[in-house]
Amino acid sequence: MDLHKLSLKEQLEGLKNSEFTSVELTSHYLKRISDHDEKFNSFITVTGDNALIQAQAADERYKKDKSLPLDGVPIAHKDIFCTKGVRTTCGSKMLSNFEAPYSSTVYTKLDEQGMVMLGKTNMDEFAMGSSNETSYFGPVSNPWDTEYVPGGSSGGSASCVSAELAPIATATDTGGSIRQPASLCGLTGIKPTYGRVSRYGMIAFASSLDQGGVVARSAEDAALILEGMSGHDPKDSTSLKLPSPDLTKNLKNSIQGMKIGLPKEFFEKDMPSYVEQSIQEAIETYKSLGAEIVEVSLKNINLSLPIYYIIAPAECSANLSRYDGVRYGYRCEDPKDIEDLYMRTREEGFGAEVKRRILIGTYALSAGFYDAYYLKAQKCRQLVANDFTNAFESVDVILSPTTPGTAFKAGEKSDDPTEMYLQDIFTIPANLAGLPGISIPCGEHDGLPLGMQLVGNSLEEDKLLQFAYSYQSNTDWHKKMPNI
Amino acid sequence: MNENLNNWEAVIGLEIHVQLSTKSKLFSGASTNFGALPNTQACNIDLAMPGVLPVLNEEVLKMAIKLGTALSADINSPTSFARKNYFYPDSPKGYQISQMDKPIVEGGYLDIETESGTKRIGVTRAHLEEDAGKSLHDDFEGQSGIDLNRAGTPLLEIVSEPEISTPAEAVAYLKSIHSIIRYLDISDGNMAEGSMRCDANVSVRKKGDLELGTRTETKNVNSFRFVEKAIQYEIERQVHEIESGNVITQETRLYDSQNNTTRPMRSKEYANDYRYFPEPDLLPITLEKDFVESVINGMPEMPNEKKERFVSKFSLSNYDADLLAADKGIANYFEEVVKISDSPKLSANWIMGELSALLNNENLNIRDSKVSSDKLGQLILRIEDGTISGKIAKDIFEKMWVSGKEVDIIIKDEDLEQVTDDDEIESMIDEVIANNPQQLEQYKSGKDRLFGFFVGQVMQASQGKANPKQVNEILKSKLKE
Repeated sequence: MDLHKLSLKEQLEGLKNSEFTSVELTSHYLKRISDHDEKFNSFITVTGDNALIQAQAADERYKKDKSLPLDGVPIAHKDIFCTKGVRTTCGSKMLSNFEAPYSSTVYTKLDEQGMVMLGKTNMDEFAMGSSNETSYFGPVSNPWDTEYVPGGSSGGSASCVSAELAPIATATDTGGSIRQPASLCGLTGIKPTYGRVSRYGMIAFASSLDQGGVVARSAEDAALILEGMSGHDPKDSTSLKLPSPDLTKNLKNSIQGMKIGLPKEFFEKDMPSYVEQSIQEAIETYKSLGAEIVEVSLKNINLSLPIYYIIAPAECSANLSRYDGVRYGYRCEDPKDIEDLYMRTREEGFGAEVKRRILIGTYALSAGFYDAYYLKAQKCRQLVANDFTNAFESVDVILSPTTPGTAFKAGEKSDDPTEMYLQDIFTIPANLAGLPGISIPCGEHDGLPLGMQLVGNSLEEDKLLQFAYSYQSNTDWHKKMPNI
Repeated sequence: MNENLNNWEAVIGLEIHVQLSTKSKLFSGASTNFGALPNTQACNIDLAMPGVLPVLNEEVLKMAIKLGTALSADINSPTSFARKNYFYPDSPKGYQISQMDKPIVEGGYLDIETESGTKRIGVTRAHLEEDAGKSLHDDFEGQSGIDLNRAGTPLLEIVSEPEISTPAEAVAYLKSIHSIIRYLDISDGNMAEGSMRCDANVSVRKKGDLELGTRTETKNVNSFRFVEKAIQYEIERQVHEIESGNVITQETRLYDSQNNTTRPMRSKEYANDYRYFPEPDLLPITLEKDFVESVINGMPEMPNEKKERFVSKFSLSNYDADLLAADKGIANYFEEVVKISDSPKLSANWIMGELSALLNNENLNIRDSKVSSDKLGQLILRIEDGTISGKIAKDIFEKMWVSGKEVDIIIKDEDLEQVTDDDEIESMIDEVIANNPQQLEQYKSGKDRLFGFFVGQVMQASQGKANPKQVNEILKSKLKE
């Protein structure tokens, strides 16, 4: 049986009904990883032995009729989530030898619900990148065409789910790192409201923007796992004091009469005709499902990219100061004094993109520049958030492309950071405003998938998933998988 | 250095770091106990492991609110944290979580007693921040060790206005802060163990000048005495430099208590740009009015309030009241003694005199006094009711100190009760006069000084037990006869 062709929900049902065991399911995926991942490099670490132990335990629980809510279903974790006793690298040489002494809340929650970890997925170094080319562990390729990038920074997670080497994977999104790779790999990727998913144990890039989520093959699968990883965490002071939302309750409800906003600023941009066409078709589908289309204005949206490239590097410049070679991680050979230890450890341990952002951030926070850059960026960030607040007074969700186009070729943009940064032009605003966003497959061009993005009001992940489910119940884009 | 310091005046501001006596750290659950083996009290958060996040220990908010209230300051709400960025091995995150724009305490003052009366010193702010770990340079040959047990311990940094003018005022201010934090029970204030640390910002200018001189910051001054000496040294050094035609460099200096000098400290980094920005891992904290009020309502009487009460209720002098109120333990002891003795002035004298002398002698805290407040109260009561004289009381007190016995038992056992019977005293006087005809003769011929001789003889005859006042009165009338 092609177990990987089953949806996550079907796998869970199959386990419950003893149609197959978790060991069988897990072994199936481990074999697929060992057979195919050489082409994609989507895993940094595969934890096969441990996965089988977890799977066995799940099977025992099923036998004893004491199963857990997500018992025995495999998952891949982005290598940004600390997992006790398993190497956690964040895609960096700096942490290439780092074994976390504790587990992230996301891992712990899913582990406690019985999920089986297949391994840790590749990513752009410290989640900085949009093509998964900055990883110390080598680039990840797109299963739809290995000459193309899978997007980033959660490129490994997107690549392995797209290649069906895992039924689902955790991911994180600071400026689009869940939605952009989901779009480029033909997946459903959701970034919840800031504070929904605990950041404890999720290695920080930009603390006020980082948010955990999932890449999945459908809105239904995504809802199931996102619900399992959400909820208040006293270990994260920015975690919302709310219980995990019920994301499946309204999933199948009709969207009849609900309103979709189209931000005119996004559609005034030059976009490739295939993007425009796919989005237009999606809009028509939604209309046919009874949704009303309304034009909205996000008049400060054009500030998003410059705001982001002040705030994210500023926060990252401080967050990455702890990697100094003193307590853990990479340390340079034979430092002659403390200054030399710092300089060479960081020179040798970080890649070019990480260093670039640390420099930008350090500059933006420096005396004499702080007001002009950081403080102004924070004020503008509020303007962008206000635009969304206003827009959500009249619409339920806001629709746009997720990315400016389909996947690009490896190496194509890696020498041009500003061109690379434009990848996130549609996704960054939701991070600035702390709003939930989802990317769902809505088209194809030259054999590569393309996604559309829906952004929802604060805490309305359920509505986003309802819109996504409704679309996926009437279209087949999400069912298309690459031939690997 | 023999410049005429009288032509100069000093401008001094103090930054006092107070280690708050919470059980766990500012942002983690690790213990704050002093003296554990290196790195045994440093958890993942203190070690700045990848992915960890700070969670504020809310106990510190209460402590800061109490301090702010004691300093008549504003309590900021919301109050927020900021990151102060610098690289140093004992700062594991590469930044310190501190407060910048919205410190929890802002704009207070403290009244101190100086030679020329009460002086008000402004307190600019008090903010919460985490302590660093310690670098150990002497324990490993050619290498440095890092102990992160102290990393993350909560500190309150109390910053004064530059309104202190002399080393003595600086000490008075520091002692006053020390007294407040001990009263509030928010820190043990132990300077030797580093739970209270003082940095002194010092500059000098010609008397009458309005413009401030360049200041230096002297660190590592870990006793009241050293604060006085370090500031004095720094004032003299700066005056000497300027009068020799040199300029003062704005720098951080380290106090060397062995040689009583200050010297420039090796700079931690080339540029002093801490790149402060709001801590994104901690949201601004709104202090609910009810919460603040309940904390304030739970505050004890403060030293200045206590001092004023001692003056108005017990008619003590400002000086006595200030001394007694400065230490909560002594103030409580005093009030216990007065409850029994009903004689505030005499009780104050005994506590600041005999009792303090014995405590200092044996380096004891008032808590460990070998004579309890009850027993001292009884002793004073026996002086007041005339049972014993003040002089005998001192002997008895020393016996109480050693034996722990009660005053009445010592009086009874050693037959020390004062003789107050007029007839008995009179007969003793008669005997003394009869035995000293020559002195009587001289006295009567105008040698008044001999009165004291007779008093002494009578007291001796009574083995010190005769009431001196009665002896005086009766003797006077007898000698007139």
